[in-house]
Amino acid sequence: MKKKKGFFTALNEQKWSYIFIAPAVLLFLIFVVGPLIASFYWSFTEYNGIHPPKWVGLGNYKNIFFNDPRFWKSIRNTIFYTVGVIPPGVALSLMLAIAVDQQIRFKNFFRVIYFIPSVTSIIALSVIWKWLFAGEKYGLINYFLILTGLKPIDWLMSPTWTLPAIMIMSIWAGIGYNMILFLAGLQTIPTTVYEAADIDGANMLDKFWHITLPLLKPTMVFVVIMGFIASFQVFERIYIMTETEFGIGGVLDSALTVVAYLYDMGFRKFQMGYASALGYIVFIVIFAVTLINLKFIKSKVEY
Amino acid sequence: MDMTKSRKFQDIIVKTVIYVFLFLGAVSMAIPYIWMFVTSIKPIEEIQSYPPSFIVKHPTALPYQDLFTLIPMWRYIFNSIYVAGAVTVANIFFCSLAGYAFAKHRFWGRDKIFFVLLGSLMIPWQVNLISGFILMRKLGWLNSYNALIIPVMAGVFGVFLCRQFIMSIPDDLVDAAKIDGCSEFTIYRLVILPLIKPVLATLAIFTFLQQWNSFIWPLIVINSSSMRTLPLALAVLNGQFGTNFAMVMAGAVVATTPMLIVFLSFQKYFMKGIALTGLKG
Repeated sequence: MKKKKGFFTALNEQKWSYIFIAPAVLLFLIFVVGPLIASFYWSFTEYNGIHPPKWVGLGNYKNIFFNDPRFWKSIRNTIFYTVGVIPPGVALSLMLAIAVDQQIRFKNFFRVIYFIPSVTSIIALSVIWKWLFAGEKYGLINYFLILTGLKPIDWLMSPTWTLPAIMIMSIWAGIGYNMILFLAGLQTIPTTVYEAADIDGANMLDKFWHITLPLLKPTMVFVVIMGFIASFQVFERIYIMTETEFGIGGVLDSALTVVAYLYDMGFRKFQMGYASALGYIVFIVIFAVTLINLKFIKSKVEY
Repeated sequence: MDMTKSRKFQDIIVKTVIYVFLFLGAVSMAIPYIWMFVTSIKPIEEIQSYPPSFIVKHPTALPYQDLFTLIPMWRYIFNSIYVAGAVTVANIFFCSLAGYAFAKHRFWGRDKIFFVLLGSLMIPWQVNLISGFILMRKLGWLNSYNALIIPVMAGVFGVFLCRQFIMSIPDDLVDAAKIDGCSEFTIYRLVILPLIKPVLATLAIFTFLQQWNSFIWPLIVINSSSMRTLPLALAVLNGQFGTNFAMVMAGAVVATTPMLIVFLSFQKYFMKGIALTGLKG
Protein backbone atom coordinates (compact mmCIF):
# COMPACT_ATOMS: atom_id res chain seq x y z
CA MET A 1 0.00 0.00 0.00
CA LYS A 2 1.35 3.42 -0.89
CA LYS A 3 1.27 6.06 1.78
CA LYS A 4 -0.53 9.25 0.97
CA LYS A 5 1.55 12.19 1.94
CA GLY A 6 0.35 15.59 3.00
CA PHE A 7 1.23 18.38 0.65
CA PHE A 8 3.65 19.96 3.08
CA THR A 9 5.39 16.71 3.90
CA ALA A 10 5.88 16.16 0.20
CA LEU A 11 7.17 19.67 -0.28
CA ASN A 12 9.54 19.21 2.65
CA GLU A 13 10.87 15.97 1.25
CA GLN A 14 11.21 17.48 -2.20
CA LYS A 15 13.14 20.38 -0.74
CA TRP A 16 15.65 17.95 0.74
CA SER A 17 15.83 16.02 -2.50
CA TYR A 18 16.81 19.10 -4.42
CA ILE A 19 19.33 20.10 -1.77
CA PHE A 20 20.87 16.63 -1.96
CA ILE A 21 21.25 16.62 -5.74
CA ALA A 22 22.17 20.32 -5.94
CA PRO A 23 25.98 20.00 -5.70
CA ALA A 24 26.20 17.31 -8.37
CA VAL A 25 23.72 19.05 -10.68
CA LEU A 26 25.23 22.52 -10.29
CA LEU A 27 28.77 21.28 -10.92
CA PHE A 28 27.44 19.44 -13.95
CA LEU A 29 25.71 22.54 -15.32
CA ILE A 30 28.69 24.85 -14.75
CA PHE A 31 31.55 22.59 -15.77
CA VAL A 32 29.98 20.31 -18.37
CA VAL A 33 26.88 21.86 -19.93
CA GLY A 34 28.18 25.43 -19.97
CA PRO A 35 31.48 24.58 -21.67
CA LEU A 36 29.63 22.26 -24.05
CA ILE A 37 27.46 25.13 -25.27
CA ALA A 38 30.37 27.57 -25.38
CA SER A 39 32.55 25.27 -27.46
CA PHE A 40 29.62 24.58 -29.79
CA TYR A 41 29.35 28.32 -30.42
CA TRP A 42 33.11 28.77 -30.73
CA SER A 43 33.29 25.97 -33.28
CA PHE A 44 31.56 28.39 -35.69
CA THR A 45 33.98 31.21 -34.98
CA GLU A 46 37.54 32.30 -35.41
CA TYR A 47 38.82 32.64 -31.86
CA ASN A 48 42.34 32.96 -30.51
CA GLY A 49 41.32 33.05 -26.86
CA ILE A 50 42.14 36.75 -26.50
CA HIS A 51 40.19 38.78 -29.03
CA PRO A 52 36.41 38.33 -29.19
CA PRO A 53 35.37 35.39 -31.38
CA LYS A 54 34.50 36.22 -35.00
CA TRP A 55 31.58 34.34 -36.60
CA VAL A 56 32.65 32.28 -39.63
CA GLY A 57 29.65 30.00 -39.95
CA LEU A 58 30.59 26.54 -41.15
CA GLY A 59 34.03 27.80 -42.15
CA ASN A 60 35.98 25.74 -39.61
CA TYR A 61 34.19 22.52 -40.47
CA LYS A 62 34.59 23.15 -44.20
CA ASN A 63 38.29 23.79 -43.76
CA ILE A 64 38.73 20.71 -41.61
CA PHE A 65 37.08 18.38 -44.08
CA PHE A 66 38.17 19.86 -47.40
CA ASN A 67 41.27 21.86 -46.80
CA ASP A 68 43.29 20.32 -44.02
CA PRO A 69 45.78 17.56 -44.86
CA ARG A 70 46.99 17.50 -41.22
CA PHE A 71 43.49 16.58 -40.06
CA TRP A 72 43.26 13.71 -42.53
CA LYS A 73 46.75 12.61 -41.57
CA SER A 74 45.66 12.56 -37.93
CA ILE A 75 42.55 10.55 -38.83
CA ARG A 76 44.64 8.05 -40.77
CA ASN A 77 47.07 7.76 -37.86
CA THR A 78 44.24 7.30 -35.37
CA ILE A 79 42.63 4.57 -37.46
CA PHE A 80 46.00 2.86 -37.97
CA TYR A 81 46.59 3.02 -34.21
CA THR A 82 43.12 1.68 -33.40
CA VAL A 83 43.25 -1.18 -35.89
CA GLY A 84 46.77 -2.08 -34.81
CA VAL A 85 46.08 -2.05 -31.08
CA ILE A 86 42.61 -3.51 -30.58
CA PRO A 87 42.71 -6.90 -32.39
CA PRO A 88 46.04 -8.09 -30.98
CA GLY A 89 45.19 -6.61 -27.57
CA VAL A 90 41.82 -8.33 -27.45
CA ALA A 91 43.22 -11.65 -28.66
CA LEU A 92 46.06 -11.61 -26.12
CA SER A 93 43.88 -10.58 -23.21
CA LEU A 94 41.28 -13.24 -24.06
CA MET A 95 44.01 -15.87 -24.16
CA LEU A 96 45.35 -14.65 -20.84
CA ALA A 97 41.89 -14.66 -19.26
CA ILE A 98 41.24 -18.23 -20.38
CA ALA A 99 44.71 -19.31 -19.20
CA VAL A 100 44.29 -17.68 -15.78
CA ASP A 101 40.80 -19.16 -15.46
CA GLN A 102 42.16 -22.74 -15.54
CA GLN A 103 42.98 -24.81 -12.47
CA ILE A 104 46.49 -23.48 -12.04
CA ARG A 105 48.78 -22.31 -9.29
CA PHE A 106 49.80 -18.66 -8.74
CA LYS A 107 46.49 -17.55 -10.26
CA ASN A 108 46.39 -14.41 -8.22
CA PHE A 109 50.02 -13.58 -8.85
CA PHE A 110 49.40 -13.62 -12.62
CA ARG A 111 46.27 -11.54 -12.35
CA VAL A 112 48.06 -8.94 -10.26
CA ILE A 113 51.14 -8.67 -12.42
CA TYR A 114 49.17 -8.25 -15.65
CA PHE A 115 47.01 -5.63 -14.06
CA ILE A 116 49.81 -3.44 -12.68
CA PRO A 117 50.11 -1.20 -15.78
CA SER A 118 46.42 -0.31 -15.37
CA VAL A 119 47.18 1.40 -12.06
CA THR A 120 50.35 3.09 -13.27
CA SER A 121 50.10 6.62 -14.57
CA ILE A 122 50.25 6.61 -18.36
CA ILE A 123 52.84 9.38 -18.09
CA ALA A 124 55.14 7.12 -16.07
CA LEU A 125 54.55 4.24 -18.52
CA SER A 126 55.33 6.52 -21.43
CA VAL A 127 58.62 7.79 -20.02
CA ILE A 128 59.64 4.22 -19.17
CA TRP A 129 58.86 3.02 -22.68
CA LYS A 130 60.53 6.04 -24.21
CA TRP A 131 63.66 4.89 -22.45
CA LEU A 132 63.10 1.26 -23.54
CA PHE A 133 62.74 2.48 -27.14
CA ALA A 134 65.81 4.73 -26.97
CA GLY A 135 67.70 4.84 -30.25
CA GLU A 136 71.02 3.30 -31.30
CA LYS A 137 72.15 0.57 -28.98
CA TYR A 138 71.33 2.11 -25.60
CA GLY A 139 67.65 1.22 -25.60
CA LEU A 140 66.87 -2.15 -24.12
CA ILE A 141 64.59 -3.10 -27.01
CA ASN A 142 67.27 -2.31 -29.57
CA TYR A 143 69.69 -4.39 -27.55
CA PHE A 144 67.33 -7.37 -27.84
CA LEU A 145 67.03 -6.73 -31.57
CA ILE A 146 70.81 -6.78 -31.88
CA LEU A 147 70.97 -9.97 -29.81
CA THR A 148 68.57 -11.69 -32.20
CA GLY A 149 70.66 -10.53 -35.15
CA LEU A 150 68.39 -7.69 -36.28
CA LYS A 151 69.35 -4.10 -36.90
CA PRO A 152 68.60 -1.51 -34.22
CA ILE A 153 65.76 0.86 -35.05
CA ASP A 154 65.63 4.57 -34.29
CA TRP A 155 62.11 4.04 -32.98
CA LEU A 156 60.93 7.46 -31.89
CA MET A 157 62.88 9.44 -34.49
CA SER A 158 61.72 7.50 -37.52
CA PRO A 159 58.44 8.36 -39.26
CA THR A 160 57.86 4.66 -39.95
CA TRP A 161 58.33 3.37 -36.42
CA THR A 162 57.10 6.06 -34.04
CA LEU A 163 53.45 5.08 -34.11
CA PRO A 164 54.11 1.30 -34.08
CA ALA A 165 56.36 1.80 -31.04
CA ILE A 166 53.56 3.59 -29.21
CA MET A 167 51.14 0.87 -30.30
CA ILE A 168 53.35 -1.85 -28.87
CA MET A 169 53.35 -0.05 -25.54
CA SER A 170 49.57 0.37 -25.70
CA ILE A 171 48.95 -3.33 -26.28
CA TRP A 172 51.26 -4.15 -23.39
CA ALA A 173 49.58 -1.62 -21.11
CA GLY A 174 46.01 -2.60 -21.92
CA ILE A 175 45.90 -6.39 -21.80
CA GLY A 176 45.62 -6.69 -18.00
CA TYR A 177 42.57 -4.49 -17.84
CA ASN A 178 40.81 -6.34 -20.66
CA MET A 179 41.84 -9.63 -19.11
CA ILE A 180 39.91 -8.74 -15.95
CA LEU A 181 36.84 -7.89 -18.03
CA PHE A 182 37.07 -11.18 -19.93
CA LEU A 183 37.57 -13.06 -16.66
CA ALA A 184 34.36 -11.53 -15.34
CA GLY A 185 32.65 -12.58 -18.58
CA LEU A 186 33.96 -16.13 -18.27
CA GLN A 187 32.45 -16.44 -14.79
CA THR A 188 28.98 -15.89 -16.28
CA ILE A 189 29.23 -19.01 -18.45
CA PRO A 190 27.63 -21.90 -16.55
CA THR A 191 29.99 -24.87 -16.03
CA THR A 192 27.13 -27.21 -16.93
CA VAL A 193 27.45 -26.10 -20.55
CA TYR A 194 31.06 -27.30 -20.59
CA GLU A 195 30.15 -30.52 -18.79
CA ALA A 196 27.50 -31.26 -21.39
CA ALA A 197 30.08 -30.66 -24.12
CA ASP A 198 32.51 -33.01 -22.33
CA ILE A 199 29.90 -35.76 -22.40
CA ASP A 200 29.44 -35.14 -26.11
CA GLY A 201 33.18 -35.65 -26.49
CA ALA A 202 34.03 -32.10 -27.54
CA ASN A 203 37.72 -31.19 -27.48
CA MET A 204 39.19 -27.95 -26.16
CA LEU A 205 39.09 -26.09 -29.46
CA ASP A 206 35.46 -27.12 -30.06
CA LYS A 207 34.56 -25.77 -26.65
CA PHE A 208 36.37 -22.52 -27.30
CA TRP A 209 34.75 -21.88 -30.70
CA HIS A 210 31.26 -23.14 -29.92
CA ILE A 211 30.80 -22.24 -26.24
CA THR A 212 33.30 -19.73 -24.88
CA LEU A 213 33.45 -17.36 -27.82
CA PRO A 214 29.69 -17.06 -28.55
CA LEU A 215 28.80 -16.70 -24.88
CA LEU A 216 31.49 -14.06 -24.40
CA LYS A 217 29.97 -11.90 -27.11
CA PRO A 218 28.60 -9.21 -24.76
CA THR A 219 31.98 -8.85 -23.04
CA MET A 220 33.72 -8.87 -26.39
CA VAL A 221 31.52 -6.09 -27.74
CA PHE A 222 32.07 -4.06 -24.59
CA VAL A 223 35.84 -4.51 -24.69
CA VAL A 224 36.07 -3.63 -28.37
CA ILE A 225 33.87 -0.55 -28.09
CA MET A 226 35.65 0.73 -24.98
CA GLY A 227 38.93 0.05 -26.74
CA PHE A 228 37.77 2.01 -29.74
CA ILE A 229 36.74 4.98 -27.61
CA ALA A 230 40.04 4.96 -25.73
CA SER A 231 42.04 4.64 -28.96
CA PHE A 232 40.16 7.45 -30.60
CA GLN A 233 41.06 9.70 -27.67
CA VAL A 234 44.70 8.63 -27.38
CA PHE A 235 46.81 11.58 -26.36
CA GLU A 236 49.08 11.40 -23.30
CA ARG A 237 51.42 8.72 -24.64
CA ILE A 238 51.72 10.61 -27.93
CA TYR A 239 52.49 13.80 -26.03
CA ILE A 240 55.24 12.24 -23.89
CA MET A 241 56.87 10.09 -26.53
CA THR A 242 56.94 12.63 -29.36
CA GLU A 243 57.20 16.03 -27.68
CA THR A 244 60.02 18.24 -28.95
CA GLU A 245 60.49 22.00 -28.95
CA PHE A 246 58.79 22.04 -32.36
CA GLY A 247 55.56 20.49 -31.16
CA ILE A 248 54.01 17.08 -30.71
CA GLY A 249 53.16 14.29 -33.13
CA GLY A 250 56.56 12.98 -34.16
CA VAL A 251 58.65 13.44 -37.29
CA LEU A 252 56.48 14.51 -40.25
CA ASP A 253 53.38 14.22 -38.03
CA SER A 254 53.88 10.47 -38.23
CA ALA A 255 52.24 9.94 -34.82
CA LEU A 256 49.86 12.87 -34.82
CA THR A 257 46.48 11.57 -33.63
CA VAL A 258 43.20 13.48 -33.70
CA VAL A 259 43.33 14.61 -30.09
CA ALA A 260 47.03 15.47 -30.33
CA TYR A 261 46.11 17.61 -33.33
CA LEU A 262 43.28 19.24 -31.36
CA TYR A 263 45.72 20.06 -28.55
CA ASP A 264 48.28 21.38 -31.00
CA MET A 265 45.76 23.67 -32.71
CA GLY A 266 44.20 24.88 -29.46
CA PHE A 267 47.11 25.30 -27.10
CA ARG A 268 50.16 25.67 -29.34
CA LYS A 269 48.69 27.56 -32.30
CA PHE A 270 45.86 29.21 -30.34
CA GLN A 271 43.24 28.56 -33.02
CA MET A 272 40.64 27.85 -30.43
CA GLY A 273 37.59 28.10 -32.69
CA TYR A 274 39.13 25.58 -35.05
CA ALA A 275 40.10 23.32 -32.16
CA SER A 276 36.55 23.51 -30.79
CA ALA A 277 35.26 22.27 -34.14
CA LEU A 278 37.75 19.40 -33.97
CA GLY A 279 36.46 18.66 -30.48
CA TYR A 280 32.91 18.42 -31.78
CA ILE A 281 33.97 16.03 -34.52
CA VAL A 282 35.57 13.77 -31.89
CA PHE A 283 32.40 14.14 -29.83
CA ILE A 284 30.11 13.08 -32.65
CA VAL A 285 32.21 10.05 -33.57
CA ILE A 286 32.40 8.82 -29.99
CA PHE A 287 28.76 9.55 -29.33
CA ALA A 288 27.75 7.51 -32.36
CA VAL A 289 29.93 4.59 -31.32
CA THR A 290 28.56 4.70 -27.79
CA LEU A 291 25.00 4.58 -29.10
CA ILE A 292 25.86 1.50 -31.16
CA ASN A 293 27.37 0.04 -28.01
CA LEU A 294 24.18 0.64 -26.04
CA LYS A 295 22.17 -1.09 -28.75
CA PHE A 296 24.46 -4.10 -28.60
CA ILE A 297 24.31 -4.28 -24.82
CA LYS A 298 20.52 -4.26 -24.95
CA SER A 299 20.45 -7.18 -27.38
CA LYS A 300 22.40 -9.59 -25.20
CA VAL A 301 22.86 -13.12 -26.42
CA GLU A 302 20.60 -15.79 -25.07
CA TYR A 303 21.41 -19.31 -24.13
CA MET B 1 41.94 -46.99 -19.01
CA ASP B 2 43.82 -45.92 -22.10
CA MET B 3 41.43 -43.01 -22.57
CA THR B 4 42.14 -41.58 -19.13
CA LYS B 5 45.87 -42.00 -19.61
CA SER B 6 45.91 -40.01 -22.84
CA ARG B 7 43.58 -37.45 -21.24
CA LYS B 8 46.03 -37.05 -18.39
CA PHE B 9 48.93 -36.73 -20.77
CA GLN B 10 47.03 -34.13 -22.76
CA ASP B 11 46.26 -32.24 -19.55
CA ILE B 12 49.92 -32.10 -18.61
CA ILE B 13 50.88 -30.71 -22.02
CA VAL B 14 48.11 -28.11 -21.92
CA LYS B 15 49.10 -27.06 -18.42
CA THR B 16 52.74 -26.72 -19.41
CA VAL B 17 51.84 -24.55 -22.38
CA ILE B 18 49.66 -22.39 -20.14
CA TYR B 19 52.39 -21.95 -17.54
CA VAL B 20 55.01 -21.06 -20.16
CA PHE B 21 52.64 -18.58 -21.80
CA LEU B 22 51.68 -16.95 -18.50
CA PHE B 23 55.25 -16.91 -17.26
CA LEU B 24 56.66 -15.29 -20.41
CA GLY B 25 53.86 -12.74 -20.29
CA ALA B 26 54.58 -12.01 -16.64
CA VAL B 27 58.25 -11.47 -17.43
CA SER B 28 57.40 -9.03 -20.19
CA MET B 29 55.10 -7.20 -17.78
CA ALA B 30 57.81 -6.94 -15.16
CA ILE B 31 60.80 -5.98 -17.33
CA PRO B 32 59.83 -2.33 -17.94
CA TYR B 33 59.32 -1.79 -14.19
CA ILE B 34 62.57 -3.52 -13.29
CA TRP B 35 64.38 -1.53 -15.97
CA MET B 36 62.88 1.68 -14.58
CA PHE B 37 64.16 0.89 -11.10
CA VAL B 38 67.55 -0.38 -12.24
CA THR B 39 68.12 2.73 -14.36
CA SER B 40 67.11 5.00 -11.50
CA ILE B 41 70.00 3.78 -9.34
CA LYS B 42 72.64 3.62 -12.09
CA PRO B 43 75.53 6.03 -12.38
CA ILE B 44 75.83 7.76 -15.78
CA GLU B 45 78.79 5.65 -16.92
CA GLU B 46 76.82 2.46 -16.47
CA ILE B 47 73.79 3.83 -18.31
CA GLN B 48 76.00 4.66 -21.27
CA SER B 49 77.98 1.42 -21.22
CA TYR B 50 77.25 -1.35 -23.67
CA PRO B 51 75.75 -3.92 -23.40
CA PRO B 52 72.98 -2.64 -21.12
CA SER B 53 72.83 -4.64 -17.93
CA PHE B 54 70.25 -5.38 -15.24
CA ILE B 55 73.05 -5.62 -12.70
CA VAL B 56 74.13 -2.34 -11.19
CA LYS B 57 77.81 -2.45 -10.22
CA HIS B 58 77.86 0.79 -8.26
CA PRO B 59 74.34 1.74 -7.20
CA THR B 60 73.85 5.42 -6.54
CA ALA B 61 71.15 7.58 -4.97
CA LEU B 62 72.30 10.57 -6.99
CA PRO B 63 69.33 10.55 -9.41
CA TYR B 64 66.98 10.75 -6.42
CA GLN B 65 69.06 13.51 -4.85
CA ASP B 66 68.90 15.41 -8.13
CA LEU B 67 65.17 14.85 -8.25
CA PHE B 68 64.57 16.35 -4.83
CA THR B 69 67.05 19.22 -5.14
CA LEU B 70 66.85 20.36 -8.77
CA ILE B 71 63.05 20.43 -8.81
CA PRO B 72 60.57 20.89 -5.92
CA MET B 73 59.59 17.22 -5.81
CA TRP B 74 58.14 17.31 -2.30
CA ARG B 75 55.84 20.07 -3.39
CA TYR B 76 54.64 17.97 -6.35
CA ILE B 77 54.03 14.98 -4.11
CA PHE B 78 52.04 17.20 -1.77
CA ASN B 79 50.05 18.69 -4.67
CA SER B 80 49.14 15.25 -5.97
CA ILE B 81 48.09 13.94 -2.56
CA TYR B 82 46.16 17.10 -1.76
CA VAL B 83 44.27 17.27 -5.06
CA ALA B 84 43.51 13.54 -5.29
CA GLY B 85 42.54 13.44 -1.60
CA ALA B 86 40.25 16.46 -1.76
CA VAL B 87 38.53 15.27 -4.94
CA THR B 88 38.02 11.81 -3.44
CA VAL B 89 36.47 13.10 -0.21
CA ALA B 90 34.23 15.48 -2.14
CA ASN B 91 33.08 12.73 -4.50
CA ILE B 92 32.28 10.33 -1.69
CA PHE B 93 30.08 12.93 -0.05
CA PHE B 94 28.36 14.56 -3.03
CA CYS B 95 27.88 11.39 -5.08
CA SER B 96 26.37 9.41 -2.22
CA LEU B 97 24.14 12.32 -1.28
CA ALA B 98 22.81 12.73 -4.81
CA GLY B 99 22.72 8.97 -5.34
CA TYR B 100 20.54 8.63 -2.25
CA ALA B 101 18.07 11.26 -3.45
CA PHE B 102 17.89 9.71 -6.93
CA ALA B 103 17.40 6.22 -5.50
CA LYS B 104 14.97 6.74 -2.64
CA HIS B 105 13.25 10.11 -2.97
CA ARG B 106 10.27 10.92 -5.13
CA PHE B 107 10.50 14.43 -6.55
CA TRP B 108 9.54 16.26 -9.68
CA GLY B 109 11.89 15.66 -12.60
CA ARG B 110 13.89 12.99 -10.81
CA ASP B 111 14.18 10.50 -13.66
CA LYS B 112 14.61 13.16 -16.33
CA ILE B 113 17.45 14.85 -14.44
CA PHE B 114 19.10 11.52 -13.79
CA PHE B 115 18.78 10.48 -17.41
CA VAL B 116 20.44 13.71 -18.59
CA LEU B 117 23.29 13.23 -16.09
CA LEU B 118 23.77 9.66 -17.23
CA GLY B 119 23.70 10.66 -20.89
CA SER B 120 26.58 13.03 -20.27
CA LEU B 121 28.84 10.02 -19.70
CA MET B 122 28.88 9.70 -23.47
CA ILE B 123 30.49 13.10 -23.86
CA PRO B 124 34.23 12.81 -24.44
CA TRP B 125 36.27 15.31 -22.43
CA GLN B 126 38.07 16.67 -25.51
CA VAL B 127 35.02 18.62 -26.55
CA ASN B 128 35.32 20.72 -23.39
CA LEU B 129 39.08 21.13 -23.41
CA ILE B 130 39.13 24.61 -24.94
CA SER B 131 36.00 25.95 -23.25
CA GLY B 132 37.03 24.48 -19.91
CA PHE B 133 40.34 26.29 -20.15
CA ILE B 134 38.64 29.59 -21.05
CA LEU B 135 36.18 29.12 -18.18
CA MET B 136 39.03 28.61 -15.71
CA ARG B 137 40.71 31.74 -17.02
CA LYS B 138 37.50 33.77 -16.70
CA LEU B 139 37.10 32.52 -13.13
CA GLY B 140 40.73 33.39 -12.40
CA TRP B 141 41.42 29.79 -11.46
CA LEU B 142 44.37 29.06 -13.76
CA ASN B 143 47.34 27.84 -11.71
CA SER B 144 45.20 27.14 -8.66
CA TYR B 145 43.95 24.14 -6.72
CA ASN B 146 40.43 25.34 -7.49
CA ALA B 147 40.86 24.45 -11.15
CA LEU B 148 42.13 20.98 -10.28
CA ILE B 149 39.56 20.18 -7.60
CA ILE B 150 36.23 21.99 -7.99
CA PRO B 151 35.15 20.91 -11.52
CA VAL B 152 35.52 17.22 -10.63
CA MET B 153 34.05 17.23 -7.12
CA ALA B 154 30.95 15.21 -8.06
CA GLY B 155 31.49 12.85 -10.96
CA VAL B 156 28.38 11.62 -12.74
CA PHE B 157 29.65 8.07 -12.72
CA GLY B 158 29.96 8.17 -8.94
CA VAL B 159 26.36 9.37 -8.63
CA PHE B 160 25.26 6.53 -10.88
CA LEU B 161 27.24 3.95 -8.91
CA CYS B 162 25.81 5.13 -5.57
CA ARG B 163 22.26 5.26 -6.91
CA GLN B 164 22.42 1.69 -8.21
CA PHE B 165 23.76 0.45 -4.91
CA ILE B 166 21.31 2.40 -2.73
CA MET B 167 18.34 1.16 -4.79
CA SER B 168 19.07 -2.32 -3.45
CA ILE B 169 18.55 -1.13 0.13
CA PRO B 170 14.99 -1.98 1.28
CA ASP B 171 12.64 1.02 1.44
CA ASP B 172 11.45 -0.19 4.83
CA LEU B 173 14.71 0.89 6.46
CA VAL B 174 14.32 4.43 5.20
CA ASP B 175 10.60 4.52 6.06
CA ALA B 176 11.20 3.21 9.56
CA ALA B 177 13.74 5.92 10.20
CA LYS B 178 11.26 8.47 8.90
CA ILE B 179 8.57 7.23 11.26
CA ASP B 180 11.06 7.56 14.09
CA GLY B 181 11.24 11.22 13.14
CA CYS B 182 14.74 11.28 11.67
CA SER B 183 15.49 14.23 9.42
CA GLU B 184 16.45 13.53 5.83
CA PHE B 185 20.10 14.26 6.50
CA THR B 186 20.10 12.01 9.56
CA ILE B 187 18.67 9.16 7.47
CA TYR B 188 21.44 9.71 4.94
CA ARG B 189 24.11 9.80 7.63
CA LEU B 190 22.92 7.04 9.95
CA VAL B 191 21.02 4.64 7.69
CA ILE B 192 22.39 4.98 4.17
CA LEU B 193 26.08 5.78 4.66
CA PRO B 194 26.92 2.78 6.87
CA LEU B 195 25.20 0.44 4.40
CA ILE B 196 27.00 1.65 1.29
CA LYS B 197 30.56 1.46 2.60
CA PRO B 198 31.63 -1.18 0.03
CA VAL B 199 30.58 0.91 -2.94
CA LEU B 200 32.14 3.99 -1.38
CA ALA B 201 35.41 2.10 -0.99
CA THR B 202 35.34 1.25 -4.70
CA LEU B 203 34.45 4.82 -5.59
CA ALA B 204 37.22 6.18 -3.36
CA ILE B 205 39.88 3.93 -4.84
CA PHE B 206 38.98 4.73 -8.42
CA THR B 207 38.55 8.44 -7.88
CA PHE B 208 41.90 8.67 -6.13
CA LEU B 209 43.62 6.61 -8.81
CA GLN B 210 42.07 8.63 -11.60
CA GLN B 211 43.07 11.93 -10.03
CA TRP B 212 46.53 10.76 -9.08
CA ASN B 213 47.17 9.83 -12.72
CA SER B 214 45.24 12.69 -14.31
CA PHE B 215 47.29 14.58 -16.86
CA ILE B 216 45.47 16.49 -19.58
CA TRP B 217 43.44 18.81 -17.41
CA PRO B 218 46.43 19.77 -15.22
CA LEU B 219 48.45 20.21 -18.42
CA ILE B 220 46.16 22.94 -19.72
CA VAL B 221 45.20 24.74 -16.50
CA ILE B 222 48.54 24.66 -14.65
CA ASN B 223 51.42 26.71 -15.88
CA SER B 224 53.44 27.65 -12.84
CA SER B 225 56.09 25.28 -11.61
CA SER B 226 54.92 25.16 -7.99
CA MET B 227 51.37 24.01 -8.83
CA ARG B 228 52.30 20.92 -10.84
CA THR B 229 51.03 17.49 -9.89
CA LEU B 230 53.28 14.42 -10.23
CA PRO B 231 52.31 13.37 -13.78
CA LEU B 232 52.76 16.93 -14.98
CA ALA B 233 56.10 17.20 -13.19
CA LEU B 234 57.16 13.96 -14.81
CA ALA B 235 56.18 15.27 -18.24
CA VAL B 236 58.20 18.45 -17.69
CA LEU B 237 61.10 16.40 -16.35
CA ASN B 238 60.91 14.32 -19.53
CA GLY B 239 61.07 17.50 -21.59
CA GLN B 240 63.77 19.35 -19.66
CA PHE B 241 65.98 16.57 -18.35
CA GLY B 242 65.09 14.06 -21.06
CA THR B 243 68.71 13.02 -21.54
CA ASN B 244 69.23 12.37 -17.83
CA PHE B 245 67.50 9.01 -17.98
CA ALA B 246 68.40 8.08 -14.42
CA MET B 247 66.67 11.16 -13.06
CA VAL B 248 63.58 10.70 -15.23
CA MET B 249 63.33 7.06 -14.15
CA ALA B 250 63.73 8.12 -10.51
CA GLY B 251 60.79 10.46 -11.09
CA ALA B 252 58.79 7.58 -12.58
CA VAL B 253 59.59 5.46 -9.54
CA VAL B 254 58.34 8.19 -7.22
CA ALA B 255 55.15 8.68 -9.26
CA THR B 256 54.46 4.95 -9.58
CA THR B 257 55.32 3.46 -6.20
CA PRO B 258 52.53 4.94 -4.03
CA MET B 259 49.77 3.70 -6.37
CA LEU B 260 51.51 0.35 -6.64
CA ILE B 261 51.47 -0.05 -2.87
CA VAL B 262 47.82 0.98 -2.68
CA PHE B 263 46.97 -1.46 -5.46
CA LEU B 264 48.84 -4.38 -3.92
CA SER B 265 47.14 -3.79 -0.57
CA PHE B 266 43.62 -3.40 -1.98
CA GLN B 267 43.89 -5.47 -5.17
CA LYS B 268 40.65 -7.35 -4.55
CA TYR B 269 38.70 -4.08 -4.52
CA PHE B 270 40.36 -3.04 -7.78
CA MET B 271 39.54 -6.26 -9.63
CA LYS B 272 36.00 -6.41 -8.28
CA GLY B 273 35.42 -2.76 -9.04
CA ILE B 274 36.53 -3.20 -12.64
CA ALA B 275 34.48 -6.33 -13.14
CA LEU B 276 31.42 -4.65 -11.63
CA THR B 277 31.58 -1.33 -13.36
CA GLY B 278 33.86 -1.61 -16.35
CA LEU B 279 35.45 1.52 -14.97
CA LYS B 280 38.68 2.64 -16.57
CA GLY B 281 41.55 2.85 -14.10
